[in-house]
Amino acid sequence: MRMAFWLPVVSLWRRELVRFARDRNRLFGAIGQPLVFWLLLGAGFEKSFAPLGITSGYLEYIYPGILLLIVLFTAIFSTISVIEDRREGFMQSVLVAPVSRIGLVLGKVLGGGTLAFLESLIFLVFLVFLDIPISIASLGLTLIFLAVLGITLTALGFAIAWQASSTAGFHAVMTLLLFPMWALSGAFFPAEGASRWLAYLMAINPLTYGMDGLRQSLYLTTSGANTHLWFCGIISVAFAVLTLSAAVWQVCRKRK
Amino acid sequence: MQVAIKVENVSHKFGDRVALDNITLQVMTGEMYGLLGPNGGGKTTLFRMLCTMLPPTQGTIHLLGKSTSTSAVRAHIGVVFQHPSLDARLTVSENLRHQGHLYGMKGRLLSQRIEEVLNMMSLTDRAKDRVEVLSGGLQRRVELCKSLLHHPEILVFDEPCTGLDPGARRRFWDDLDTLRQTYGTTLVLTTHFIEEAERCDRIGILDRGQLIAEGTPEALKRTVGCEVITLETRDSKSLQLQIEKILDRDVQILDGQVRIVCDDGQRLLAKLYPLLREEVQAMTLSVPTLEDVFVQRTGHGFKVEDQ
Repeated sequence: MRMAFWLPVVSLWRRELVRFARDRNRLFGAIGQPLVFWLLLGAGFEKSFAPLGITSGYLEYIYPGILLLIVLFTAIFSTISVIEDRREGFMQSVLVAPVSRIGLVLGKVLGGGTLAFLESLIFLVFLVFLDIPISIASLGLTLIFLAVLGITLTALGFAIAWQASSTAGFHAVMTLLLFPMWALSGAFFPAEGASRWLAYLMAINPLTYGMDGLRQSLYLTTSGANTHLWFCGIISVAFAVLTLSAAVWQVCRKRK
Repeated sequence: MQVAIKVENVSHKFGDRVALDNITLQVMTGEMYGLLGPNGGGKTTLFRMLCTMLPPTQGTIHLLGKSTSTSAVRAHIGVVFQHPSLDARLTVSENLRHQGHLYGMKGRLLSQRIEEVLNMMSLTDRAKDRVEVLSGGLQRRVELCKSLLHHPEILVFDEPCTGLDPGARRRFWDDLDTLRQTYGTTLVLTTHFIEEAERCDRIGILDRGQLIAEGTPEALKRTVGCEVITLETRDSKSLQLQIEKILDRDVQILDGQVRIVCDDGQRLLAKLYPLLREEVQAMTLSVPTLEDVFVQRTGHGFKVEDQ
């Protein structure tokens, strides 16, 4: 029984990886755009950002934010196929197979999550250009946060894509929900300098805690672990469970 | 013979629109059953119910005694969709291997099954090709391989020949004959092609969500009459009126042609020809088709709904 559950999950997961490996454009799409973003914004705001009390420079400030953006982009790219796949494609045959719906979601989300994780790993190479002291503990915790965020955002993308009737609709949700979620996570600017209503929105955005956890993990060597980091971890895992449940709920819903 | 598929009082609504209206039908084990009807007739809705993707608003469907509302039934059916369900970026054998995993098969058993179905569909030499480089006809055969891997007792097809050229169609029907002989699989297919329906053991004709006729193609055609006269003309409406006056009965217009269903075609042709020589461009005498059955039962043409 356990075997019967995991066999399709592993197969769906592997399919995501094989497809990705055969499509070079996706690798470039998810890394290239955030990289350009990072260099342009980082260099552009490098000096103007200093008055806010950030001593590191904007290129370094926005670096963890770009890591999160890569995770977000990879998650979107790997779930957008779900929209057509479901009605007129590959996913049809998965739906009529004796595969549990949870298994279906897990296979797809773990696949997309793995890709998001691997792409963000590539971007971690740029750490050598920044003045952030890295230890095994800080790197390990960073990887854990990246993995959790990869699963969270892929599950969120999946839940949205599953009920989207067209890719155009998915783009609208992406622009109006996913991108603002990223921008209001502290990736782009800190809550301290923002308007009060914006700071409030940032406080209720669950991604803020993932972003904060990621940032704190990177600086673990200098700032050390604290209760806030634990809090960020708990919120992030809870958000991952929530998005996964939303994805499973979408798939199990009976459609009229 | 045992009942393989039992559809009882099935109705379905999409909002206010009735897609299926109280359908009851049975398919016997080993039978090839065709659901014939114009687009919008309800056959795709019924197809989606048969493959467990859509629960009926009312009524029940049992496959091999198991309700389609239970997921256990999925292991016993194979499904071939109208739109390709293959991953174009994967090779033929990767697609099949993945499909096998979905049905809990792996290792030597899976390799044997893949070899078996590829061999049956003469695709062994294409196993390592990516699906995206295959022609539409070959892709359809890979779809068939995919649906056969787990040796399903029931195979359900949605418009299996749409988009295939005539050669690929012929090949597809030969493949169906092969798999019926090999496995004795029960087949259900939806189609809007009359010629395809003619090849089935029994058919059900669906129009606007209702099952308007059911039986073997021969028996259904016999209900219409023995012969059909088709008259081609520029003004079918006026010819229809003229003929109705001569024969003192109703005749129909279908696709711009006047059609008369009758039992003694030759005698009727001989009677009409001298009277209508001027107006008529061509007169044809033929046996009735399933389209005639459809027209007789619904009062409208088959292709009108197809637009």
